[in-house]
Parts: sequence; C-alpha cells; structure tokens
Amino acid sequence: MSTTTELQKESGGPVAVPLLELRGLRVAYGAIEALKGIDLTVGEGEIVALLGGNGAGKTTTLRTVSGMLTPRQGEVRLRGERIDGIKSHELVNFGIGHVPEGRRVFARMSVRENLEMGAYRFKGVDSADMDRVYTLFPRLAERRSQLAGTLSGGEQQMLAIGRALMSRPELLLLDEPSMGLAPLIVEQIFVIIREINEQGTTVLLVEQNATQALGLAQRGYVLETGSVAVSGPAQDLLADPRIRAAYLGEGAA
Amino acid sequence: MSLNEFWDYLVLGVVLGSIYAVIAIGYTLVYGVLQLINFAHSEVFMLGAYGGLISLTIIAPGDSPSALASVGYVALGLAAGGLFGAVTAYGLEKVAYRPLRRRGAPRLIFLITAIGASFFLYNLAGKLFGRDPLPMPDAYENKKVFTLFGADLNVTQLLLLGAAVVMMIGLDLMVNRTKLGSGIRAVSQDAEVAGLMGVDIDKVISRTFVIGGVLGGAAGYLYGTFTQVKFDMGFIPGITAFAAAVVGGIGNIRGAMLGGMMLGIVETLTVPVFGGEWRHVGAFVVLIGVLMFRPTGILGERVGRTA
Ligand SMILES: Nc1ncnc2c1ncn2[C@@H]1O[C@H](COP(=O)(O)OP(=O)(O)OP(=O)(O)O)[C@@H](O)[C@H]1O
Ligand SMILES: [Mg+2]
Repeated sequence: MSTTTELQKESGGPVAVPLLELRGLRVAYGAIEALKGIDLTVGEGEIVALLGGNGAGKTTTLRTVSGMLTPRQGEVRLRGERIDGIKSHELVNFGIGHVPEGRRVFARMSVRENLEMGAYRFKGVDSADMDRVYTLFPRLAERRSQLAGTLSGGEQQMLAIGRALMSRPELLLLDEPSMGLAPLIVEQIFVIIREINEQGTTVLLVEQNATQALGLAQRGYVLETGSVAVSGPAQDLLADPRIRAAYLGEGAA
Repeated sequence: MSLNEFWDYLVLGVVLGSIYAVIAIGYTLVYGVLQLINFAHSEVFMLGAYGGLISLTIIAPGDSPSALASVGYVALGLAAGGLFGAVTAYGLEKVAYRPLRRRGAPRLIFLITAIGASFFLYNLAGKLFGRDPLPMPDAYENKKVFTLFGADLNVTQLLLLGAAVVMMIGLDLMVNRTKLGSGIRAVSQDAEVAGLMGVDIDKVISRTFVIGGVLGGAAGYLYGTFTQVKFDMGFIPGITAFAAAVVGGIGNIRGAMLGGMMLGIVETLTVPVFGGEWRHVGAFVVLIGVLMFRPTGILGERVGRTA
C-alpha cells in the first residue's frame, strides 16, 4: 500500500481489477443537481468508505449504482461493463446488493420471509445461504418467525444486511448501517461487515461515523455538496489534520 | 322476526357477503401495490357479468340440465366472467394507470382517472349491450332446496357460496405461498426495495390487476345470477365492496374478506328489521362505526412502520 501522506485527487492505494467504476457521474432530482461529476473506484475485495455530511450526495451515489436513479451524465461500470440505465430489479443479477438507508425491512413479513425476499432472484431459497446469515447474526436465528416491524433498530439493520447477502452479492452497498444505533451494536455490525468482506464480498460503505468507517476501510472518499472533496488511503484520511477538523470532528466517537 | 326467518336472512347475507368479499379483494390488492382506490373495479365486475351472460347465451343450457352439466355451466360462467374481468383490468392498468405512474403523477390524478375510466366503461357497456337489464341464463334447475340449521338453501346460493369460498382460499394461498404472492406483498410494503430484491414491479402490478380482475369478473357473473345484468349494475356492489375493504383495513386481504362478509350480513339483516329501503344504509353505518373506533379498519394495523 502507498505510504504517501499527500492527498491526491484520485485515490491512493493500489486498485487491482476495478469492480466498480464511477466516471464523471452527474445525477439530478429535477433542477437540483445532487452529484456534480463524481469519479470513484472500488477494487475487488476492498472496503471503501464514502463519507460526507448531510446532503452531500452519498445516498444518491448508492442509489445510482443500484439502478434506482439514472445518471444525467457520466457512467457506472461494473467489471468494465456499463450498467447505468439498467433497472434495479435486473441489476441484482449482476451481483449488486444494496442495504438501503433507514434499513427498510418488510415490516409485515417475518424475519425468514424477509430473507427469502433477498433470494427472490433465485428459483428457490438455498438453505446454505440462510444458514450463513443466521451464523453471522445469531439474533436473527432466534427471531426467525417474528415480524420484522417488531424488531429493534439494531436487529432490523442486521436483517437488512442479511437480506442483501441472500442475493449472493459481489458488491455490497451499505448506506449508514450505524444510523441511530447504540455504540455497542455499531461495533458488532462493523465486525460483521469485516467478516463479510473477508468471506469475499467487496463493500462500499456510506457512513457519517467517519472514524469507525475509516478504521474498517482501506480507502475513503469524502463528498462535499455533490463532488469528491478528498480521497485517499484510509490511514492518510485519518491522519490528515484538515480532514480531522472538517469531517471527522463531529463523527468521532 | 322468527328464528327461522333470521336463519334464512343470515344465509342470504353470507352468500351476498361472500360476493362482496371477492370484489373487495380486488380493491385491496390494487390499493396494496399502487395506493390507488381503483374506482373502475366496479366496471370490471359489471363486464364480468356480461362475460358470463354472453358465454351462457352462446352455449345455452337446456331447460333442465343434469346436476353435472349445471356445475359445468356455472364453471363456464365463472371462467368467462373471470376472463372479461381480467382483460378489462389488464387494459385499465396498461392504458389508464401505467402512463401516470411513469410520469409520477400525484395521487389525485390517479383517482380522477379511475373515476373517469369507470364512467367511460359503463357508458361503453350501455352502448354495446343496451341499457335494459338482461336476465342471466339459468345454468341449473333452481329447485332443490337444502336445509341448514332450519335455513332454506337453494342450488344458486350453494353454488355461489362454494365458488366464492374456493376463490378466497385460492387467492389466500396464492398470496401467501407463491413467488408471485411474495412479490405482491413486497411491492405492497416497499415497492422500491422490492425492486432491489429483483422483483419486477411493473410485472407484479400488472398481474395484481389481472388477479383482481379475475375475481371481480367472476363475482360479477355470480351476482348477475341472482339479480340481472345491466350496464350500471357495478355501482352499488362496487361501492359496498370498497366500503368492505376499508372496514377490513384497506390493503389487508383477509380484512377485505371479513369486511365483505360483515357488510353482506348487515345489509341483508337490515331488510327484515328496518325495511328494504334501509338496505344500503346498514352497511355504511357499520363502515362509519368501525372507522370511528379503528380508523385503520379491523385488520388494518400498521406493524412498526419505520421511517
Ligand atoms: N428525492 C429527492 N428529491 C429532491 N432532492 C433530493 C431527493 N433526494 C435527495 N435530494 C437532494 O440531493 C442531495 C443529496 O442527498 P443525499 O440523500 O444523497 O445525501 P446524503 O449524503 O445521503 O445525506 P445524509 O447523510 O443526510 O443521508 C440533497 O441536497 C438532497 O436534498
Ligand atoms: Mg443518505
């Protein structure tokens, strides 16, 4: 890994085969331009953190990658192949799993049914996939028949992650998994994200909790009103005093 | 009212209620996936009745068909009603609602469109089939009478009830046990996230209309067998079934069944107690009463809605 402390416009660390590539991505909601030309790369096997304050465009970025939004300009490439413009229900077959902001589990379905929904793209539900999720999250196993709407916030987050894993994603998009959770639960969830990554899933992690996210990630990008303000190896971002002051102060635990 | 009379009316009420229930499912299914009150569903029902009428006019049952043939004719009427209903509902979604969805039209526009589609369809039916009521050809000899706890039950009522119950059970199994059913439930709860899971939302919505259309059209045939077939026949049962869906908790399928049964029974029992002119009042008194105590309907509780 590069040891340079100098912040580069393009990210620092070695990017092997780029699994995901965003090039000049512009996305708008009507007249409001939320992304003003973003370049971002996620290499296979990496954990990349996407940071930034409220309204910076983090969620918009993830929603564009998973096909919920169509870019006005620029491209999204997965293993070099253009995927922008493909609808989200087809994109799941390309190996993209998305854990949306605010968890959004199916409240009136049981834990098991939520996980089965995650495997919707397959003919049937593979019990090995189910077991994998229950092993990662034993609390879900205990509550498999409980309605998802009655789970605690932390359990719902686990379910949302488990549900995304059921589609066997190569690339997992996580949108603020720590939102509204107690520090202990956040820690548990971050440990599990690392475990998922070690099992071979590439992760693009959106977080406000910058210190923790950079502790987990190899590289990071900081968004500021729709543009990449800084990017680089996680250690460099953590060490840079300007970044600490501007972005990490509020997010630090 | 003697006990015997009470039972007679109760049985009639259950039969009527089962038809309301089947229609109400159509409202609640579509509401689930689109948050739209499909006011044109009453016309899906009406055209289903014409479907039954046309098929049984072409393949006319003789004067006294055998029991087995009777069942066959009823099945034909149901199938034709279901087909007409399905085609109507499918077309409605494609022509009227999908373009609005593409443009992200506000809810009110959907509602006006639904009402407009309803006007269009029943006037079209009046033009095509005439404005006079037509009798549904009898598919059976309506003589045999069964007795159930002292209540008289004729063949019509038995067949109606049987067909309605089969449809309700079938629908319930479909929604809870099949992949399409999971898709429908997921889209009802969070369409965008259902899409992330790989559910083709357009396809699910289209199929939901077709399923509601089959049920509504078949119910139209059933209803036509004990009233008459007329271009504006959809209005009262439609609005009552919509009320039933609301009483049960709009969006909740078992709630629609329960609400339909309740309103059918209340409507029928209102007749001997208060007189025939109060018939349709009873059902709406129940609607208002239920909503006063449970604004979300009987089974319409929202479990832990997150953000
Ligand atoms: N549906 C929408 N319609 C209009 N504008 C939107 C919509 N969604 C987001 N925006 C705008 O786009 C910008 C980026 O929003 P986005 O949700 O991507 O931010 P974010 O970085 O995820 O913020 P947060 O950390 O608060 O979740 C904001 O200015 C927001 O107001
Ligand atoms: Mg966000």
